[in-house]
Amino acid sequence: MIEARGLVKRYGSTMAVNDLSFSIRPGLVTGFLGPNGAGKTTTMRMILGLDAPTQGSVTVDGRSYRDLPAPMHEVGALLDAKALHGGRRAFDHLLCLAQSNGIPRRRVEEVLRTVGLEDVARRRAKGLSLGMSQRLGIASALLGDPAVLIFDEPVNGLDPDGIHWVRTLMRALAAEGRTVLVSSHLMSEMALTADHLLVIGKGKLIADTSADEFVRSSSQQSVHVRSPQASELAARLRAAGAAVQAGTGPDVIEITGMDSAEVGKLAAAHGIVLFELIPVKASLEEAFMELTRDSVEYQAAGVPR
Amino acid sequence: MIAPAGPDHRADFRAATFGDVLRSEWTKLRSVRSTFWALTVTVVLGIGLGAAISAATAHSYAKLSVSGKLSWDPTGVSTSGLAIASLAIAVLGVLCISSEYSSGMISTSLIAVPKRGRVLAAKSLVFAVVTFVVGEVTSFAAFFVGQALISGHAPHAALGDPGVARAVVGAGLVLTALAVLSVAAGTLLRHPAAAIAAMIAVLFVLPGIAQALPDSWRNPVTEFWPTQAGSQLTNVYHSAHTLQPWPGFGVMCLFVAIVYAIAWTLLDRRDA
Repeated sequence: MIEARGLVKRYGSTMAVNDLSFSIRPGLVTGFLGPNGAGKTTTMRMILGLDAPTQGSVTVDGRSYRDLPAPMHEVGALLDAKALHGGRRAFDHLLCLAQSNGIPRRRVEEVLRTVGLEDVARRRAKGLSLGMSQRLGIASALLGDPAVLIFDEPVNGLDPDGIHWVRTLMRALAAEGRTVLVSSHLMSEMALTADHLLVIGKGKLIADTSADEFVRSSSQQSVHVRSPQASELAARLRAAGAAVQAGTGPDVIEITGMDSAEVGKLAAAHGIVLFELIPVKASLEEAFMELTRDSVEYQAAGVPR
Repeated sequence: MIAPAGPDHRADFRAATFGDVLRSEWTKLRSVRSTFWALTVTVVLGIGLGAAISAATAHSYAKLSVSGKLSWDPTGVSTSGLAIASLAIAVLGVLCISSEYSSGMISTSLIAVPKRGRVLAAKSLVFAVVTFVVGEVTSFAAFFVGQALISGHAPHAALGDPGVARAVVGAGLVLTALAVLSVAAGTLLRHPAAAIAAMIAVLFVLPGIAQALPDSWRNPVTEFWPTQAGSQLTNVYHSAHTLQPWPGFGVMCLFVAIVYAIAWTLLDRRDA
């Protein structure tokens, strides 16, 4: 369980994180979404005690990270896969981290097998591809067998096999009852992985909701209708309060603000023939883009961080 | 696919200790090649330069003035290579923490050990012990090689002579104090180039500039400048305007302690 209350991080005049409060629960994969520069990494660094909040607090299982007695057993984290000494062998990199928390050497061999890096364990870190570095970073997060896992953009640089592997791993870790927080700017990825979503933009919380609910609540839902009496139906729908737009053909309309059942009933009540009646769900990606449009534009205007 | 232990196993985990962090820092130090090379340079320069300086000065001993002969210090001459070799220790000490900043490894280290003082303490302790061992070995080897080269051409020293054993051991101790200072400097400045430049300034540039100044400026510098003061521990002959060996080394240690305390405080308070 990770809990943030009124978290603020200010760099000079820039609010990197602005009054974030959230609880991240065990047993779920929580996707931490936001455009680049939204404050995801800064938030994760505050959770991990690397950066001090300007205001507010964040705790892991009720304690501030820097007070955890056995940190790697409580939290496993991967922030930046390339943040390691290039001259050190993969095995030694994991070994020095394991030793710092009294974790035995055989556990290093175990996690190397788990992430499939046993063949390159003797290779120096600078000789690893980005994908291998990601796996090494994930291995280091797993070393302490922690109850809470935090991954910043873990699929960066992975090939499709690797992405599938990470997704399966995240789901399995959550299924074991662990708390899993995964950041991404790729909605399509989160749609397949996350149970719960924490969406931020410009450092502010935009949504804290289940992945299903996130799509359902999006105003992007519409109904696609094909009918020989399209113009009559359009008039009836508008009278009933729905918004209607012309579709791809003369007999096609797209309806928002009314669900497919109501559209069907209304058509039947007026004896209108329907050839197609299809509820169209916005993708998670579309829902996300709609929600964060403001913050993306703000970023594009060239404001730092 | 997943490691078998579940989160409920955490009850068995003990709290991380300072000993754990020491083991971790030892692994870090021994697992990069720069450590091996820097220590090799220290030993080779310390013994080699000491031997060269010993041979050269011993051969010109006969031509020295009376005051030159009075201040002849075969012990200090034989271990003088260590003063140059100390640059290799300074660079390695700076790098063992600042390379973590330049690579980003520091985040990983501080996530693993969020009690930041432990990281600094373990890093400097491990590096200090390694430097002490290498420094003493180099110092004693340089002493014996140097005396062998000096004997027959000029008066040479024996370990049993007054102050000689202290000076030879002292050369390793000064190197150790310098090792701690360089780790502190690397922590303080975080950028490898900046920290190495600062160490070179402290070790060579500022004392060098002082030599060009009038006596009224130069004397206090040679007396109290931390590295100059510390180096008195490595000499048997006591020249004018210098502190006594142990007080001199005390001044150096005090300076190291102050820089270390600042580094410790900043490491603890700054965002990593």
